[in-house]
Amino acid sequence: MSSATARRRTVRRAPATGPPRATADRGAWFLVLPALIPILLLSVGPLLYGILLAFTDAQSGRTAPTRWIGGLNFRDLLHDTLFWESFRIGLVWAVGVTVPQFLLGLGLALLLDQDLRLGRLARVLAIVPWAMPEVVVGIMWRLVYHPDAGILNETFRDLGLGDGRDWLSGLATALPAVIVVGVWAGLPQTTVTLLAGLQNTPRELHEAAAVDGAGAWRRFRTVTWPALKPIALAITALNFIWNFNSFALVYVLTGGGPGGRTWLPMLFAYEEAFRYGQFGYAAAMGCVMVAVISVFLALFLVGRLRGGDDT
Amino acid sequence: MRTRPAARAGQYAALLAYLVFLAFPLLWLLSTAFKPPRELGSLHPTWIPEGPTLANFRQAFDEQPLLRAAFNSLLAALGAAVIAVAVATPMAYVMARRRTLLARAATGWVVVSQAFPFVLVIIPLFLVLKNLRLIDSLPGLVLVYVVWALPFALWMLTGYVRAVPVELEEAAAIDGAGRLRTLVSVTAPLLAPGIVATALFAFITAWNEFFFALVLLKTPGKQTLPVVLTHFIGAEGVADLGPLAAAAFLATLPSLVVFAVIQRRITGGMLTGAVKS
Repeated sequence: MSSATARRRTVRRAPATGPPRATADRGAWFLVLPALIPILLLSVGPLLYGILLAFTDAQSGRTAPTRWIGGLNFRDLLHDTLFWESFRIGLVWAVGVTVPQFLLGLGLALLLDQDLRLGRLARVLAIVPWAMPEVVVGIMWRLVYHPDAGILNETFRDLGLGDGRDWLSGLATALPAVIVVGVWAGLPQTTVTLLAGLQNTPRELHEAAAVDGAGAWRRFRTVTWPALKPIALAITALNFIWNFNSFALVYVLTGGGPGGRTWLPMLFAYEEAFRYGQFGYAAAMGCVMVAVISVFLALFLVGRLRGGDDT
Repeated sequence: MRTRPAARAGQYAALLAYLVFLAFPLLWLLSTAFKPPRELGSLHPTWIPEGPTLANFRQAFDEQPLLRAAFNSLLAALGAAVIAVAVATPMAYVMARRRTLLARAATGWVVVSQAFPFVLVIIPLFLVLKNLRLIDSLPGLVLVYVVWALPFALWMLTGYVRAVPVELEEAAAIDGAGRLRTLVSVTAPLLAPGIVATALFAFITAWNEFFFALVLLKTPGKQTLPVVLTHFIGAEGVADLGPLAAAAFLATLPSLVVFAVIQRRITGGMLTGAVKS
């Protein structure tokens, strides 16, 4: 179902939405409850509980009762250089993955929109990483990066570029190597979303612009991009959140090493909570992560939307 | 529109680069899975195994309880998919058809729930499930997966419901069909493909999920496939490459097959959910 038809339908239906009747509303409650109860009990509730935990000294397996400690966790966090270092790595990772994901995804989507030969194969290939378990993606790239049995070093040797290196254990290479994997894993969803958006842009406008002599770049800026922008913004914002919160890929690839160079905040908080049992402290980390993500996203979306008015 | 030959060539070069980038890790995984240990130890690995073997697969099954893990994964994914869709469909219907405060709040939750890091959710969930004695059990994991799959399921299903013309329902009502009757014999059949696609999507996300399973399942016999796969990698990061590759390859097959089935519907569903009036 194309979104264009869906939109037309909602528009047409709008007048029909009358004032809700009392009986219908009771029916609506009945329909909503099966999902609402688990959402409240297992999502909204735990979230609020989690935020409360951040203000306590909750620990796993402790006999003494948990006490309120106010903002102590946050004060400790403020001075926890390890956490802020991890936070910095998390931001480098999230930006380093999200930006290439978008640019490469857009490029691939534009190519796939062209009906080139091999396009079908590329479409299939562009989907596969999306369907793979993150753990498998991590394992697969460990094989690629393997210092002896990996294909990357073998290719370097074949090309006469030296003996290669231990990518995932090198202090300088670990984070970039992990970022490449993140891009690879997230490329499909971005591409497919952008491609679907491209295919909803009005063809006629495109052709009219071409007739008027607009070059490819101009056509992209004036016709394609305005139509694509809402989808591009949405997927980029989501990608940023997902990437910042990602865990499994790096857990499998490096486990946070070498020397903490890929120590993402999620790994940090996981260890803090489930290895050391510091539930309260880890919850405080989670809160800080949410706050910072929100600020980043707000800045990003406001900036982008405002930038859109000028063009 | 005509494209100049030079530009065309550039496009093909770019497409080729993408193909290589996307495909080479996959091919390398396959190649490693079929290589005998001798070749894996060699300093000059080749793309095509010189003496392809199935020994890695056998060894993988010997080393780790893969069948048991696959069965656990299957139960968790099936349970999560069926329950998530069963509870999400009625709610999505309300969200799509009514503009009540509740529907709007639910849409808000769908968006907000994406922004929260799992840590903030899993610690309290861990404590709650512990009180319910659902730690280290598949039913507990299924519960978590259901709630975890709900935002996306609601998002997709709301889009599918919007695509069903409300006029059809009104026509049925005029013909004298009751509300329930209309839902069952008019709306449900039109919605069925979307429901199946959503269920399959929930199945894949649950099948692939790692973090919650890692935290919640401790007994080896209860663990799901992704968790068991990480056991192939030793404490020092040393791994037996052949069996590791073989097991990883096998673990991917089910989600690949399911994904191939629903690929088109997923993207359609995401966009219809995304475009709102």
